[in-house]
Amino acid sequence: MSAQTLEVRSSAWQRFRKSLVYHSFIHNRTAMVSAAVVAFFVITSLLAPVLAPYDPWDQTQFDIMDSELPPVGSNGADQRFVLGTDAMGRDMLSTILYGTGISIMIGVFATILQATIGISIGLVSGYFGGRLDSFLMRVADIQLSFTTLMVAIVILALFQATVGLRFYENYAIFVIVLVIGIAEWPQYARTVRACVLAEKKKEYVDAARVIGLKPRAIIYRHILPNTISPLLVISTVQVANAIITEAALSFLGLGMPITKPSLGSLIRNGFDYIFSGSWWITAFPALILVVLILAINLLGDWMRDVLNPKLYDK
Amino acid sequence: MDKLLLSVKNLEVVFPLRTGAVTAIRDVSFELNQGERIGIVGESGAGKSITAFAILNLISKPGYLASGSIEFDGIDLAEADEDLMRQIRGNRISMIFQDPMMTLNPVLTIGTQMEETILAHRDTSRDDARKIAIEKLKAVQIPSAETRLDQYPHELSGGMRQRVVIAIALLTDPQLIVADEPTTALDVTIQAEILELLLDLCNEFDVGLILITHDLGVVSQVTQRILVMYAGRIIEQGSTSSIIENPMHPYTKGLIGALPEMTTPGEKLNQIPGVMPSLQDIPSGCPFHNRCRYIQDVCRSRLPDLAKREERLIACHFPIQYD
Repeated sequence: MSAQTLEVRSSAWQRFRKSLVYHSFIHNRTAMVSAAVVAFFVITSLLAPVLAPYDPWDQTQFDIMDSELPPVGSNGADQRFVLGTDAMGRDMLSTILYGTGISIMIGVFATILQATIGISIGLVSGYFGGRLDSFLMRVADIQLSFTTLMVAIVILALFQATVGLRFYENYAIFVIVLVIGIAEWPQYARTVRACVLAEKKKEYVDAARVIGLKPRAIIYRHILPNTISPLLVISTVQVANAIITEAALSFLGLGMPITKPSLGSLIRNGFDYIFSGSWWITAFPALILVVLILAINLLGDWMRDVLNPKLYDK
Repeated sequence: MDKLLLSVKNLEVVFPLRTGAVTAIRDVSFELNQGERIGIVGESGAGKSITAFAILNLISKPGYLASGSIEFDGIDLAEADEDLMRQIRGNRISMIFQDPMMTLNPVLTIGTQMEETILAHRDTSRDDARKIAIEKLKAVQIPSAETRLDQYPHELSGGMRQRVVIAIALLTDPQLIVADEPTTALDVTIQAEILELLLDLCNEFDVGLILITHDLGVVSQVTQRILVMYAGRIIEQGSTSSIIENPMHPYTKGLIGALPEMTTPGEKLNQIPGVMPSLQDIPSGCPFHNRCRYIQDVCRSRLPDLAKREERLIACHFPIQYD
């Protein structure tokens, strides 16, 4: 008996392989290419310390004499720097590898923070309803009426001014994650609340109450798993949004410091030199950013199509 | 054997609506002995389900229990707080719903849902809970119970799902099962199987049953006693066989006459003319008077009491007499 149950339990991967999601993924070229692109960026940036020829965070490793060298293939290129160097003589390839990692990390952690706050509030709001619901949703409305960028600019500028640049350089990533995470939670809260309102009328929720489960168990074990598909879709979009927001903030000089640059700060950094002909400092990080965001969004689109049963017949 | 299990007295449930308060059930009283099976029958909106939900203290807002007492094995459920109710629900009183499609959570396996029920009430390990789950699945005659546990509800057929729901209701060895139209969503052949199963299980485990249905055929198969409800009141109560054979209230008689079995093939079905009055404007006097064939003046003005007549309780000024 136990052997039989074990066998059934271990076949989760086989069950996934039979599932619609897997089937659709295998037969959708866009989804596969996007997933491959995202996976490529994630893996290379995780392996950046191994892959990168130089350490872009270590200022003793680069020489001002190497500054603004063009990428290999153009006049005056240096074989040591495949994608050229920036104004400080820093290797662009290494900097981009590390920078992509920082961007993705900010995107993922900010989304996790948004999801944690938003899902908890949305579940409570939708399940208990009444005044609590009205209050929480008005708070969400107020939060949404301040655009993320505005909130971020104010908080980051204040933070930068009060703690000083040195301290800021060390803790910028936490503050950025925090700000983007807090500014965007209503997206999750609203979606979850709408799903909960629909789910809680279903009989299985009554049945769970009749079984004698506590509201906590009903909310987390029964209702939450039923709201997971829209959440997956939003999550991909929100990761992309968070990366873009961070890039925009960096472009305004409020994101990651240039000593530990993200893709956004690299674009901003190179922008000063674009008219002097050093196009590569801006162009490569910008290209990576565009490709990464596009891939994530395409993946999100595919997921939305596949998880929405109303679109199956297409 | 004849130990009193549940005693409901003068139950009244009120829904305050914008257009005024609506009394969904009033003056509902009945008793249930240990291991006894009773049926509550009536049209849609007669207050059958509300009665069931009231017993479990689960009336949906804004409805509330306006008055009355519900005594279950010495505990007054009408006064019980949420914590005490949770210990009773799903543990000592279980409920079976109409549509097994809807009552099982689509994203959790059968096993998870069963284990969860046990763990909510018993202090056991997950493995032991699994063993109990398998045992109960076998009790409801589900083949290869071990593999079923790891399946999702959509992988089972309707009849199978209702068996699982019954198994879940039995998990904690309850003293009372409230079944709210358990067979309405199933096709007729499965219906008979499920009813037989329910009957066997109640006998085997000595469980009390409150069966709510509009189908008199179903009630007559399973129950020992019947309560007939109309417009929020009990209008007739008595043993199943005597009510089916000799209905004394004109409404009960109409219900039994309306069964398709009672008509000659090819003829129109016997309907009770008219519809049940809306709970918001129940007519004066007997609520059934404007549909009743035997109406007299007194029916329009005075509400008949639920009075004992022979072995029965009946609320009618002129009950039908049999020799």
